[in-house]
Amino acid sequence: MSLLAILGVLSSAIFSGTSLLYTTLGETLHQRAGIVNLGLEGIMLISAATGYRVAVETGNPYIGILVAMIVGGLTNMIIGFLVVTRKANQLASGLATMFFGFGLSALIGRDYVGVRITPLPRIPFPGTANLPLLFASLFRFDFLIYLVIPVAVLIWWLLFRTRWGLGLRAVGENADTAFASGRNPFWIKYQALGIGGMLAGLGAAHLSIAYTMNWSQFMTGGRGFIAVALVIFSKWHPLRAIGGALLFSGAVAFQLMLQSSGVRVSPFLLDTIPYLITLLVLIIWGGTRKHAAPASLGRVYQGGQQ
Amino acid sequence: MLQKNNKVDQKNSKLDKVLNQVLRYVGMVLIVLILFGLILLISGSDPIKSYQDIFSYTLGSRYGFTEVIVSMTPVLLTALAVALPTRVGLINVGGEGQLYMGACFATWGALTFSHLPGWVLLPIMILLGMLGGAVWAFIPGLLKSLGLVNETITTLLLNSVAPMIVAFFVYGYWHSPMDTNKTAMFVPAARLPRFFNSRIDLSFFIALALLILFWLLLKYTRWGMEMKAILGNAQAAKRNGIPINRYWIIIMCAGGAIAGLAGMAQVSGFFGVLMAGFSRGVGFMGFLISWMSFGDPLAIFITSFVISVIMTGGNYLQLTVGLPFAVINILLAFTLFIVLAKPVFLQRKVA
Repeated sequence: MSLLAILGVLSSAIFSGTSLLYTTLGETLHQRAGIVNLGLEGIMLISAATGYRVAVETGNPYIGILVAMIVGGLTNMIIGFLVVTRKANQLASGLATMFFGFGLSALIGRDYVGVRITPLPRIPFPGTANLPLLFASLFRFDFLIYLVIPVAVLIWWLLFRTRWGLGLRAVGENADTAFASGRNPFWIKYQALGIGGMLAGLGAAHLSIAYTMNWSQFMTGGRGFIAVALVIFSKWHPLRAIGGALLFSGAVAFQLMLQSSGVRVSPFLLDTIPYLITLLVLIIWGGTRKHAAPASLGRVYQGGQQ
Repeated sequence: MLQKNNKVDQKNSKLDKVLNQVLRYVGMVLIVLILFGLILLISGSDPIKSYQDIFSYTLGSRYGFTEVIVSMTPVLLTALAVALPTRVGLINVGGEGQLYMGACFATWGALTFSHLPGWVLLPIMILLGMLGGAVWAFIPGLLKSLGLVNETITTLLLNSVAPMIVAFFVYGYWHSPMDTNKTAMFVPAARLPRFFNSRIDLSFFIALALLILFWLLLKYTRWGMEMKAILGNAQAAKRNGIPINRYWIIIMCAGGAIAGLAGMAQVSGFFGVLMAGFSRGVGFMGFLISWMSFGDPLAIFITSFVISVIMTGGNYLQLTVGLPFAVINILLAFTLFIVLAKPVFLQRKVA
């Protein structure tokens, strides 16, 4: 087991974990505002396809990323309209949006499977430029990767250190009380969905434009659902999500490590570990009655005023 | 205002109600068709011809109609797998995972006992499929009744785990010499018998029988009554001596078993092989159908039929217009959006 292999594993976990972390941060915002968004899978697919198509057409990956973000935010407005304005069931609205994403992304990306794009420039990690080429090549990341941890910190700061975040969390705990204290739950939920959708779009853009540099149908492969699991795993906390995303994406990488040291474990079984840990953590919390979930998560806010 | 309306409408309120319902549905269908027509138009296909193709194929041709029934079977079962637990207030979002586990267990049976004759092997596979789904639903049911974890979260998590377990067995042990991602074709004895010279297989009739059983259970049995009591107020039911924890676990397992049966039917009837990642949301579609039908047996049947017409039509559209198959999901989603949004101008104006 060489150092190079370990570093390679770490590098690939960082690459595949970035899109996951952006999406998880988005879902954290949704859930903190009391909305379980199961449509992330579809939103990511639409964003990934649109962003990729724009990046191909314009030859500029940055415009592609920007468009993917905007599209993610806009697609989430469907869920906003259904769940917030029309007070529809959150799970059903999310799943319907997932199917919408399956279809629309297939249509948008139809003629773009396997088309090449201009890749994002990869910037060497500070201090690794002088390493031997083989090592240095593992630590050349695109700007979205460098940005993801600052974004996580920003979301944490917004949620826990600003009045806006306080209002958002208040809505997630009890929308009626928040309304009584002068906040507008409708508007706040829309804001959470808008920003969360943009983050999911950013994650999807990283997946298609920066990481795989490719578009294919169903390319997100369940990342939307992993993000939902990750939010729970990280106890609805943006900073804990960083470690969670690395764990979830690192399972595959870990398998490669084991394999090269002679232990043969199926990658599929290792992939289940993060889910089983999440389940275990939930059971332990359930036992100790320590609830970290936003109290009104999944409930419909029945308030009449807009 | 309200009272005045009531007086006026009392005479022909029943007719009005029916008419209103019909108008609502026609309105909904029109909106959906126009929206999807726009999408087709933008993507360069002729919407009118596409719709003609869809409906003449699915409803106007014998083969197309049998295909509708074929695609209806799994969603009918997964919808039932969700509808049953909703009757005791449980939200089973885990149909997808339970379906995978059912397929997994049934395939194990098909591969292990492949020397047995069909009349022994098929019942074994059916039981194994149901067992697989039930095991997968037992975990959320148990955790719920222990008061540890909400069943919505657990079923969602387990959804992601089940396909990985299937992949583990398929890639690791069961794949045929030619492929890596699927088993060899099942022996004929492990295939569900087919009828009417079509791809309709026995599972459709099992699904129908289960639907009727579900209706009978709710309407005519003590269990149905007790389930109603639990749904109404679980704590009150508990004080009246109804064993709610036992109900939660058993009903959840029964739901899982039905979803597992859907998985068994998919591999034994429809595909004839087990493929890694064979289902793209059949379980989730079942959730949506059950939700749209408020868990009502007849409504489940009708909704499943409508959804299947759309899906089968989409399959056909792929051949005639050359759109990717997944595109039909847009039409499905529009239908769902409209139902979810309960448009104001389509709601019954007279209260």
